[in-house]
Amino acid sequence: MADKPKLSMYWAAACGGCEIALVNLNEKILDVDAAFDFMFCPCLLDTKKKDIEALPDGAIAITLFNGAIRTAENEEMACLLRKKSQTLIAFGSCSAEGCIPGLANFHTRDDLMKAVYLDNATIDNPGNIIPRPETEVAEGTLQLPAFYDRVRTLAQVTDVDFFIPGCPPEPHQIWNVVSAVIAGAPLPPKGGVLGAGRSAVCEECDRKKEDKKIAKLFRTYELVPGKEACLLEQGLICMGIATRDGCGALCPKVNMPCTGCYGPPEGVLDQGAKMVAALGSIIDIGDTKGLAEEEIFRRIDAVFGSIPDYAGMFYKYSLPGSILKGRIS
Amino acid sequence: MTADKTVRGDTAFEPKIIGFLCNWCSYAGADKAGTAQSPYPPNVNVIRVMCSGRIDPQFVMKAFEQGADGVIILACHPGDCHYKEGNYRAAQRYRLLLQLLEPFGIERERCRFDFVSAGEGDKFVQVITEMVETVRALGPLIIPA
Repeated sequence: MADKPKLSMYWAAACGGCEIALVNLNEKILDVDAAFDFMFCPCLLDTKKKDIEALPDGAIAITLFNGAIRTAENEEMACLLRKKSQTLIAFGSCSAEGCIPGLANFHTRDDLMKAVYLDNATIDNPGNIIPRPETEVAEGTLQLPAFYDRVRTLAQVTDVDFFIPGCPPEPHQIWNVVSAVIAGAPLPPKGGVLGAGRSAVCEECDRKKEDKKIAKLFRTYELVPGKEACLLEQGLICMGIATRDGCGALCPKVNMPCTGCYGPPEGVLDQGAKMVAALGSIIDIGDTKGLAEEEIFRRIDAVFGSIPDYAGMFYKYSLPGSILKGRIS
Repeated sequence: MTADKTVRGDTAFEPKIIGFLCNWCSYAGADKAGTAQSPYPPNVNVIRVMCSGRIDPQFVMKAFEQGADGVIILACHPGDCHYKEGNYRAAQRYRLLLQLLEPFGIERERCRFDFVSAGEGDKFVQVITEMVETVRALGPLIIPA
């Protein structure tokens, strides 16, 4: 038992879906257990933080770190696990690029606190109490981890060896990585992406792709798409064109447009900006010959006007990892 | 690059603006302004691209991230594109990009798109002057560390 390499998994600002994805290895979880001493995972096991602190540095072979860095506690655990692990893997979209918790970066911390603790319709908070790092009570000082101004990715607070993208990573891809490690297969250079492709989701999508000319954009609920043609060509905003492949194009296969959970493809810095580039080249505003310049702008705006929140849509998974990382003022 | 930034309203603030100019029309328009020795503010750092359709919205994001207070994209007039429709693509990307910049807290005036032909040296001077004054009034764009 003691001879087996140690495997740990930790969650920071995350939903728990990454742990479910690991458990979704199903019977192969037994192979994981046979190859590793799975010794730390607050979602599934009872090991405590002090047990990790007691380990010598580098004692854990692999840590799968899921979740973004939202609080001081998240950062503390990230740095602790970095120190104790030989290989630290940013596991899942939250730790790789910020994901849903990262959308908070479009707002200030004060706005968030106000929305969640004061303005929410279902909140009854007559004392206007907002969580603070320190609160004085009769018994002494109560402490909570500090809530940072911005959500950060794991790589923005500590050194990361590899990234496994996805919200959550697909079990077959987790298995690809785990089995490669068990077999001792060579890993890519440090900083590389594991368990995913390098190209776009379109590469794995079987839908028929033709010349794209979109005259009207639809929201998902407004249209029952045809089963054959590319969803983007039908006017649904499918993010597959600006999203890394590796998932097997699961969503387009069941008539749902890709929302971009595998993050930007290799070499792309900003998924949202790339989606703007892609959509900008396939919008058809009709015959523009001889039209005034203002009329051209008006037509473009009319096509784009049917979608309410492009930023939220295009940066659903990648805001803290994008070029600007969030609201700047 | 942020070292020379001063507080909003400070008269010492000189906006730093990145201009993406199409090779065939707008860059030639800028050249025309230069040949005519028309004075215009020196705040725009011009980057010549083969076509405004080449301007990846990532370039604009990157410019803001690296310390630009404004970005200006100048393209051929509709119908004049050397590659037939690159300027339409650029216009479409620009209109969509504006919607993306707003939630980042970047005022839409900081990113301007206009059409300048090879003969329009005067329009180049006018557009650049307006842009510099607009951004000067907005103040510096400060990106948090």
